Amino acid sequence: MNVFVQQVINGIHVGSIYALIALGYTMVYGIVRLINFAHGDILMMGAYFGLFSITIFNLPFGAAIIVAMLVCAVFGMLIDIIAYKPLRNAPRISALITALGVSLFLENLFRVLFGAEPKKMPNVSSLQGHISIGVIKISYVTVLTVLLSIIFMVGLQFIVKKTKIGKAMRSVSEDKEAARLMGVNVNKTISITFALGSALGALGGVLYSVAYYQVEPYMGMMPGLKAFVAAVLGGIGIIPGAMLGGFVMGLVESLSIGYISQSWSNAIVFGILILVLLFKPAGILGKNVREKV
Amino acid sequence: MLKVDNIQVYYGAIHAIKGISFQVEEGKIVTLIGANGAGKTTIMHTVSGLIRPQSGSIAFDGVDITNTRAHTIVEMGMAHVPEGRRVFAKMTVKENLEMGAYSRKDKGALEADYDMVYSRFPRLKERRKQLAGTMSGGEQQMLAIARALMSKPKLMLLDEPSMGLAPILVDEVFNIIKDINKSGTTILLVEQNAHKALSIADCAYVLETGNIVLSGDAKEMLDNEAVKKAYLG
Ligand SMILES: Nc1ncnc2c1ncn2[C@@H]1O[C@H](COP(=O)(O)OP(=O)(O)OP(=O)(O)O)[C@@H](O)[C@H]1O
Ligand SMILES: [Mg+2]
Repeated sequence: MNVFVQQVINGIHVGSIYALIALGYTMVYGIVRLINFAHGDILMMGAYFGLFSITIFNLPFGAAIIVAMLVCAVFGMLIDIIAYKPLRNAPRISALITALGVSLFLENLFRVLFGAEPKKMPNVSSLQGHISIGVIKISYVTVLTVLLSIIFMVGLQFIVKKTKIGKAMRSVSEDKEAARLMGVNVNKTISITFALGSALGALGGVLYSVAYYQVEPYMGMMPGLKAFVAAVLGGIGIIPGAMLGGFVMGLVESLSIGYISQSWSNAIVFGILILVLLFKPAGILGKNVREKV
Repeated sequence: MLKVDNIQVYYGAIHAIKGISFQVEEGKIVTLIGANGAGKTTIMHTVSGLIRPQSGSIAFDGVDITNTRAHTIVEMGMAHVPEGRRVFAKMTVKENLEMGAYSRKDKGALEADYDMVYSRFPRLKERRKQLAGTMSGGEQQMLAIARALMSKPKLMLLDEPSMGLAPILVDEVFNIIKDINKSGTTILLVEQNAHKALSIADCAYVLETGNIVLSGDAKEMLDNEAVKKAYLG
């Protein structure tokens, strides 16, 4: 029983990080129908910027998170403008291959700049310690991660549902021409979407590096891939789906680590992707409509 | 109000519009009629800035808008109700109307305009929380027109607003267009239903494969033998 509760807590912890990252995949897909494979590397960049803010600029942890989010928001927009925007009317496979290229470029750029050896994320002193409920321990890192994720997810949901820019985003995702006829600047709206998704990815990256203490150029690959699975699981393009998918992924992963084995957990996670694609390709919250090609 | 001067439009190698000029005078209803594929929608898209002409010029309210982007043209006071309605299916009726008002700077006057639109289209008021995609074709057409009205346009482009509607709704749509015109909005109307269009319009242009082949007073055209034969059945 204790193992179970502890693994559920771990699952929610890592799941909330997956959810944050999955949001970036799903928002970008929703608006430009592109799987942004470089999104995992935004996570990696966020972790580096967070790390440097703490170690080089001596910023407090909260400020480091904000710096990482802002810098990555700018990089997310730049990646879109430089790499994807010129291909907006090209076949989708071109943009997809470009996204893979951007991903490799960023990983290798960071390796050249900062070396391949993992850097250690310093312990954040205010996050040491845990809450005990009977024999169950919940670390402050877990509490902070889950809280921040939920706050930002609720905030995002508010932006998308209630604000003018959120409505512009939804209209662009449905019909770019009709959106233009309403007076929406489509390119600006797409840029903002990349910025928001990247900022959430950076937050995920900092929280991930705090949980696993490591920052290295390829750290975005696995969580990026799992968050992508989470987005597909929930229904790609559907924001609440990405959140749900993230938590499901986190729970499945940590329960299979707890009850089956560490080495099997990835196989199980990707097995789920295959099953979803076979039986409910539109995802948990998606409607099964065949995509027009 | 609108002056289109010798525009040519290509889609890749396809020469869709082959040098067309026409004018829309303030306060009037002007209609473009023509068979399928004549280029009516292409002209509308070019006027509202969704596509660029290869050559020629377009002036709106005395300002050259040939290379102005679509979202800016909306702010200048042109609204375009596109062919096939194109309402935002996954947004509510109210949100669609809000999108219509997207370009408005005078936020204070918005509430009064929602009321105006709701009193003109009571059905939309009842359905304001419903997703637009779940409404009937006729209701969606009303929403598309109402959405365009929310931008307070000086000029409204309507591309086949009667398409796919039951006869009784067709009459309703044409009455609404007349009404909108009476309250001061200039109208450029594209229609397959040439008879209806000519009967409410002041002035008409007949389009054939990218060329204007006839233009003149709409009422006279109703009696024109060639037009009768080709478009009025
Ligand atoms: N996106 C496009 N790419 C290539 N050709 C196009 C495109 N859109 C329209 N055309 C071509 O341009 C010509 C004019 O098309 P357009 O849609 O303007 O006609 P229309 O008069 O609106 O017809 P309808 O009454 O069927 O709506 C047609 O020959 C059409 O095939
Ligand atoms: Mg047409």
